[in-house]
Amino acid sequence: MIHSLFLVNSSGDIFLEKHWKSVVSRSVCDYFFEAQERATEPENVPPVIPTPHHYLISVLRHRIYFVAVIQSEVPPLFVIEFLHRVVDTFQDYFGVCTEAAIKDNVVVVYELLEEMLDNGFPLATESNILKELIKPPTILRTMVNTITGSTNVGEQLPTGQLSVVPWRRTGVKYTNNEAYFDVVEEIDVIIDKSGSTITAEIQGVIDACVKLTGMPDLTLSFMNPRLLDDVSFHPCVRFKRWEAERILSFIPPDGNFRLLSYHVSSQNLVAIPVYVKHNITFREGSSQGRFDLTLGPKQTMGKGVEAVLVSSQLPRGVLNANLSASQGTYTFDPVTKMLTWDVGKINPQKLPSLKGSMSLQAGASKPDENPSINIQFKIQQMAISGLKVNRLDMYGEKYKPFKGIKYMTKAGKFQVRT
Amino acid sequence: MQEWANQLCENRQFGSKMTDSKYFTTTKKGEIFELKAELNSDKKEKKKEAVKKVIASMTVGKDVSALFPDVVNCMQTDNLELKKLVYLYLMNYAKSQPDMAIMAVNTFVKDCEDPNPLIRALAVRTMGCIRVDKITEYLCEPLRKCLKDEDPYVRKTAAVCVAKLHDINAQLVEDQGFLDTLKDLISDSNPMVVANAVAALSEIAESHPNSNLLDLNPQSINKLLTALNECTEWGQIFILDCLANYTPRDDRESQSICERVTPRLSHANSAVVLSAVKVLMKFMEMLPKDLDYYGTLLKKLAPPLVTLLSAEPELQYVALRNINLIVQKRPEILKHEMKVFFVKYNDPIYVKLEKLDIMIRLASQANIAQVLAELKEYATEVDVDFVRKAVRAIGRCAIKVEQSAERCVSTLLDLIQTKVNYVVQEAIVVIKDIFRKYPNKYESVIATLCENLDSLDEPEARAAMIWIVGEYAERIDNADELLESFLEGFHDESTQVQLQLLTAIVKLFLKKPTETQELVQQVLSLATQDSDNPDLRDRGYIYWRLLSTDPVAAKEVVLAEKPLISEETDLIEPTLLEELICHIGTLASVYHKPPSAFVEGSRGVQHKRIPIRSGSGESSESQDTGGAPGATEAPAAVIPSQGDLLGDLLNLDLTPPTSTAGAPPGPPMPMGGMDLLGGGLDSLLGGDIGGSPAMGSGFGAPAAVMPSSLNAPVGGGLGDLFDLGGGVGMPMGTFVPPKTLWLPAMKGKGLEIMGTFARRAGVIQMEMTLTNKAMSVMTDFAIQFNRNSFGLAPAGPLQVPTPLSPNQTIDVSLPLNTGGPVMKMEPLNNLQVAVKNNIDVFYFSCQYPISMLFVEDGKMDRQVFLATWKDIPNENEAQFQINDCHLNSDAASNKLQGSNVFTIAKRTVEGQDMLYQSMKLTNGICVLTELRVQTGSPTYTVSLKCRAPEVSQCVFQCYEAALKN
Repeated sequence: MIHSLFLVNSSGDIFLEKHWKSVVSRSVCDYFFEAQERATEPENVPPVIPTPHHYLISVLRHRIYFVAVIQSEVPPLFVIEFLHRVVDTFQDYFGVCTEAAIKDNVVVVYELLEEMLDNGFPLATESNILKELIKPPTILRTMVNTITGSTNVGEQLPTGQLSVVPWRRTGVKYTNNEAYFDVVEEIDVIIDKSGSTITAEIQGVIDACVKLTGMPDLTLSFMNPRLLDDVSFHPCVRFKRWEAERILSFIPPDGNFRLLSYHVSSQNLVAIPVYVKHNITFREGSSQGRFDLTLGPKQTMGKGVEAVLVSSQLPRGVLNANLSASQGTYTFDPVTKMLTWDVGKINPQKLPSLKGSMSLQAGASKPDENPSINIQFKIQQMAISGLKVNRLDMYGEKYKPFKGIKYMTKAGKFQVRT
Repeated sequence: MQEWANQLCENRQFGSKMTDSKYFTTTKKGEIFELKAELNSDKKEKKKEAVKKVIASMTVGKDVSALFPDVVNCMQTDNLELKKLVYLYLMNYAKSQPDMAIMAVNTFVKDCEDPNPLIRALAVRTMGCIRVDKITEYLCEPLRKCLKDEDPYVRKTAAVCVAKLHDINAQLVEDQGFLDTLKDLISDSNPMVVANAVAALSEIAESHPNSNLLDLNPQSINKLLTALNECTEWGQIFILDCLANYTPRDDRESQSICERVTPRLSHANSAVVLSAVKVLMKFMEMLPKDLDYYGTLLKKLAPPLVTLLSAEPELQYVALRNINLIVQKRPEILKHEMKVFFVKYNDPIYVKLEKLDIMIRLASQANIAQVLAELKEYATEVDVDFVRKAVRAIGRCAIKVEQSAERCVSTLLDLIQTKVNYVVQEAIVVIKDIFRKYPNKYESVIATLCENLDSLDEPEARAAMIWIVGEYAERIDNADELLESFLEGFHDESTQVQLQLLTAIVKLFLKKPTETQELVQQVLSLATQDSDNPDLRDRGYIYWRLLSTDPVAAKEVVLAEKPLISEETDLIEPTLLEELICHIGTLASVYHKPPSAFVEGSRGVQHKRIPIRSGSGESSESQDTGGAPGATEAPAAVIPSQGDLLGDLLNLDLTPPTSTAGAPPGPPMPMGGMDLLGGGLDSLLGGDIGGSPAMGSGFGAPAAVMPSSLNAPVGGGLGDLFDLGGGVGMPMGTFVPPKTLWLPAMKGKGLEIMGTFARRAGVIQMEMTLTNKAMSVMTDFAIQFNRNSFGLAPAGPLQVPTPLSPNQTIDVSLPLNTGGPVMKMEPLNNLQVAVKNNIDVFYFSCQYPISMLFVEDGKMDRQVFLATWKDIPNENEAQFQINDCHLNSDAASNKLQGSNVFTIAKRTVEGQDMLYQSMKLTNGICVLTELRVQTGSPTYTVSLKCRAPEVSQCVFQCYEAALKN
């Protein structure tokens, strides 16, 4: 099982270590640093690294490497999932997961890690339960604790720990009962030179914020549940009911949680919300290159495309780019050769464009690689897959809750090859 | 970035007052004293703050063990947070202060009786983490109670505690009957308790390979499946992994388990999903293929696997490594999902390379157009490794999907036109393979290839180009000029290119004998007279003789028809694949190696096999037929074996077709006839050069027998001689442990190292047997040690008669001295070794018997012995027992003497022989022992005294080893 954990910051210092079994010397991380040096980019460090006596399994999040040390055969996915859970918990507790936040709360971090694993076996990883055991720090509580000398460790056995619904604490009370659901879809697309779609898929999630008194039993039904053929559920969802009736039936955890994530694969037809017209050329023997890019909306069901950001890694030979943008601002970093254009909102009447020339090193030959264009955007009030919630009902409690559903589409890895 | 900066600013403002970061600020010298004072403060609040500071220092690796007694004093408190903090501290430092830790025992025992289950659980949990022998004794009673506690939270914590205790003292756990209690917990009413019991038992079972701790039967399986639905996600992983070890009795049971496991495929936790996939992949093997359910199950497996690819990159990587196995076993599952494996340009490189591999495996006539378009796109990316692999992938497509070959070749030609150096070289290497697969089809491109001759600087590309020129010499007008141009720098070329050039020129000569006589003379003399590479020399001689004795035979041999290359390459060998399928989701599946090969903890992993299908209603006969498909399904991917030798003679050391650069070395394929040295030469010298058509088989036959017979006498014989030499010198030679496997061929890219240590005539020797299990020769061996406890270092360079040709085994002996840099290792006698050859650098570690370090003048004077014995404090004394030893004391003394353990005196008291012995290590440490031998009893007792008690354990091991051999 998981033997130890080291947290390593971007400059390669170990700033926290935790051992659940015997102490493993931090020199074991030297193997990790070696791999880190070899990797060209921080994210290229391989996630599983063998050393003579241990295996190092790491994840990179928020520019911190979480390096777990294992000694015997352990499913690596188990370790990686757990590490992500640790990061999520830190983020949940401290708002952000940065080196500074962790150092600020080192004792809580240590208590949390101790509570999450026992001898390498996961103990309590549900945020609801952890929060009952160890209260998250707030400025107010820190002050109160300092003055009254009380503690932020719960004295009671968390009630959810052993019940049939381990994800929900008992005795929840709210004056305003509300349940909000966000349907968020990310669209991953690769478009080739000629503008035809190579792959397009949608990763969707339904995140919920449920603040309901007592033990509510919810059902959520969709207008078009057939879209969802590939789903993963929060443990609270009754799988049998879904199989039989395509209805989500569940007793929700208290607070924020991810109800389900789904995948609409490339075999279904996926609508592409924006198009790009591009002309990026370099001529042999000339030290100039042309750059011409126009964006436009399509298949957005009348909704506006916002927060558009275009980035492109230009070839190494490019010295500078002299462009003019019809709207928004662009920057070109001559060191990393990264061109970014913050477009903002797309106006369908006046399409945004970025045009101009690139200067190349004099005498250098035409660059071999073609830059890819990466696009980010958001579309409010629309789920690009067409998924729609039909109704939400509550059983088991008497009061009438506020209900709300929000839809949003975002670009995931949206790439256009030139 | 902005956020980052904000955070920092915020931190400056508040950090010093409000947060824990204040605990990091004190770095003054008097820190420990200040803390000590605060810990002993009367104010509760101050105490707690002080403990927090201590913990904070601990987390960043500062040594605060000096505060042990003061922190332990804070333990008796009602404040749960303070208690937890003290426990945290205890777990970290108890081991270094065992005597002080005893002070805490009473509090623990008391807490285990506390009415609050949280405290009971906390106490038993913490006690298990204190790895001190003396404490574990006190732990047994509270643990027994907690295992039967009324509160399930306590029971589930106690279950894990058994695993902890087992890790510290396995015997104790068995004696106390905890294992049985743990087994009972599998039937507990609470699913969380069941899950933890399973987890604990699995961990214990890993160190007890033969125990049937997890003896599963249909009843317990039912219990587990019920618990599976209700326990936490982590518990589900443990239960699923445990289920995967079960072998259902018939297909009905198998189906019912599958049905109950399938819902797990929709779990949000990817580890649960992959464990469920493992169970299903294994059990579906038992289902009849015509069953409807079988088809349904296959369909259900695809979506969850695809979903894994939208997770974080680290998860994707592990998922992809496993998908690679799954598509080899059951390609039908993902055959329609090609698009999800398309590479995005900002995927991490490790994800890109894996995706590429799977794309090739899924390539078929239906999707080849898309795949090729993608691959061509990838070939223009920035990352060199990725581009190379993409180009190779195009070649693999051509070989795999015949219809696409033409398009692949034209794509490759397009890429060659880009003139990007590494793309061109890679393309030429793969085109060579395409030529071999489709002879006489694409020769029109040769002209284009020849244009790029000058830009080739990598040996593999040069060798490939030379092969092409030689193979098609009759169609290339200036073939002789081209080859001649390579000949100028013959001695600077790598072996691969030299060998290839030799063969190509001989081919050329056989095709155009009139114009090239001079050229062939020149190359033969270069190869045989001016080269000190035996491979090259031998090959040169063979050709020379062939050409001079019987040119017709030479033509038959050298220009014989070549066997075609296979379609699929680097497939995992079927038996290994089956085993890996049973280990989906584990480290083994990430490395594509059997678990026994690499994980240290799993000392005796049983080889798992996919069960053979046996229908409930069918008789035992059906078992055979059920088993057969599994075996026959796997395509015989290797080149037909009778062609091996000939093929290799002609193509010589070109690496096997289209093997990828980064791919792990495959399982040793039966390439029996690789060694020209063995087979070819023998048959030649045997005067077998009679009938010309028989030539081919003449080569083949002896070589097939050779590998085994060759390895044994040459390598082994030398070792035997050596052994004898050492043995004769001393009547009772130093005990030399048998050679153990240090570097398995899987890890060493084909190099296998077995080894042991010996002390011969006062010199420490590291004796190794090197075996080349790869398909190319190995040269340039060198060895280095990491710093180690006794400063062992090689006394000279590693003398390996190179090159080491494939399948060859040699014994080498490396004298060591103890003048190297010293660093204490754990365990003490651990030695980390790096061996380098022309392929790579390999690291492994081994343990040497400490007796190797016992010097010849270790005999102590009696008086000195007595004085020293008294002088060494009693804490340093260690006592061990050796069981099942049937020597009398004199024989024992003699035996030990051989290992430089000298008997100084002997006493006999009441039928008990006491031997007083001394030995001295190379670094001057003296070890004094008393060996008690009770006549008639097979148990010896060794009492050891030494100023450096760390060595005791190692010395004891030597005693045991020496006496039992």
